[in-house]
Parts: sequence; C-alpha cells; structure tokens
Amino acid sequence: MGVSIAVAVGLYGISFGALGVAAGLSVWQACALSALMFTGGSQFAFIGVMSGGGTLGAATLAASLLGVRNAVYGVQITALLRPSRTTRPLMAHLTIDESTATALAQPDAQEQRRGFWTAGVGVWLLWNLFTLVGAMLGERIGEPTAWGLDGAAVAAFLGLLWPRLVGRDARTIAVASAFVTLIAAPVVPAGIPIIIAAGVSGALAVLQHRSAR
Amino acid sequence: MSEMWLWVLGACAIAYLTKLSGHLVPETVLEQPWVSTVSAGMTVGLLTSLVVVNTAVTGTTLVVDARLAALLAAGIALWLKAPYVVVVLVGAVAAALTRLAGW
Repeated sequence: MGVSIAVAVGLYGISFGALGVAAGLSVWQACALSALMFTGGSQFAFIGVMSGGGTLGAATLAASLLGVRNAVYGVQITALLRPSRTTRPLMAHLTIDESTATALAQPDAQEQRRGFWTAGVGVWLLWNLFTLVGAMLGERIGEPTAWGLDGAAVAAFLGLLWPRLVGRDARTIAVASAFVTLIAAPVVPAGIPIIIAAGVSGALAVLQHRSAR
Repeated sequence: MSEMWLWVLGACAIAYLTKLSGHLVPETVLEQPWVSTVSAGMTVGLLTSLVVVNTAVTGTTLVVDARLAALLAAGIALWLKAPYVVVVLVGAVAAALTRLAGW
C-alpha cells in the first residue's frame, strides 16, 4: 500500500515543478521546496500565492498555516509508533498526509512502522525526482498560460481540497472561505484574501467544535 | 543570496519546525480535540481560497476566463473519481482548449 501511494504521489511532483517555475521560482528553488519543505499542500500554497501576484511574505504565511496539520499528524505518529528520541527529527521531516494515512491504515505496530517509512521515504524520493523533471519541463514551456498551466494549478488545488469536503462542517467552511475570498480579493493586496479566509475558517471551526459538544 | 532564496528557505524552516513540534511538544498540549478540528477546518478553508484565487483572481481583479473552464472540468473529473494526475491534466487541457476557442 505504501509503495502504491508513493508512486502515485511522486507523479504529482511533475505538476508542482512545472507550476513552481511558471510562478517565478528557479529550478533549484522548486527543488529546495520539495526536498526541505516536503509537504505538497504548503508547497502548492506558496507558489499559488506567488502566481496570484502576492508577496513572498503572504506566500510563506499561507504555506505555514497549511502546514499546521502536520503538527497534528506528528502527535498521532508519536502516539502510534512510540519512536526513540533520536529518530524523531527524521520522522518529523517525513510526517505528511501520505505517510500518516498509510501508518494509520495498518493493523499492527510493525506494519504501521513499515508503512510510515515506506510511504515517507518513497514519496520523498519520487517527489523530488519528479519535481526536478517538472521544473525543467516548466522552464522550456515558459509562459504559464501556454499549455493551460494555470488551469492545471486550479485543478491541482481542487484535487487537494476534494477528499476533505466530507461532512456538513467542512462544506460550510468551504463555502464561507470561497465567499470571503471573492469579497476580499478586489479590496486587499494580492495574497492577503487567502490569509483572511484561513482566519475565518479557523474561527468557524472553533464555533463548530463548540456547538458539537 | 537573493531575497527569493531567503523566503524559500525560511518557509521550509517554518514547515519543518511545525512538523517537529508535533513530535516533541508534550502530547497533552496538542492532543486537545479542538486543535485537530481547527487544523482540519483551516486546511479546508485555505485550499478553498487557493482554488478561488487561482480560478477567478488576477492581481486584485475578479476575472472570468479559461481557468473557470478548468475548474468545471476538474470538478467533473473528480466527481467521476479520476486519479489526481488525470484531474490536473484535465484542468490544463480544458484551459488550453478554451483559450484556443478564443475566450
């Protein structure tokens, strides 16, 4: 299971690399994000804000907020696998959607550990390899609108969002976020609507959490 | 080092420290149920906002262009349970064809 996830996810690296270069990163900057940030959603957020004309500060903030869920995954992984202090820094780097989901899906401790490492290391290797391929392709393509690269970005974000739209609470937040973004976009500088939407969504989630108790 | 590199590496450092905090901070702090609720809600909100911005915003102007066709096509592909890579390709092709048709 870990291997099949790794192969599928590695292929997304091509779209990240190509879109990253189209957004204004150099090939090596796109590769640095994949190697060091290594969390697809945040990386796409970073280049998504950039390509929308937002500042690098807004791009960093959006990427950082989207990465908060990885801290929650870290807690789950620590509770599940009880890793030693020395392996934690490396495991932290590999803690992403795919490695966490793979570990959580396994029935026993040994398989959970194996799933986490296979998915984590496998995705990291393929993600970086294909980011490089995509970035080099993107450099040749040049203009982002050529080949519908901007349409690919829209589809990439929708594809990340889709599996999370489960349940009424998530859909309510999505509708509110879309509304806030459209209202804010003409009024505040580029990139900021995404940050406002994140704040509103966080506040809504708190309200939903309270009313659920 | 260029400004771009500083932001790229800074954002990477923040992402890593966030991950590391989950592994090192005492479980009782991050294991509060509201932490995961808010984190999940914010993730949905951020991704939705990124969809909207990348579809309908250029700079600080709302625009309807080929990207809306990409959104609709990608939505249909997802509804038909297409794999992620196919969805991204469908989005690209839809935008390219719409532009080719003159919109």
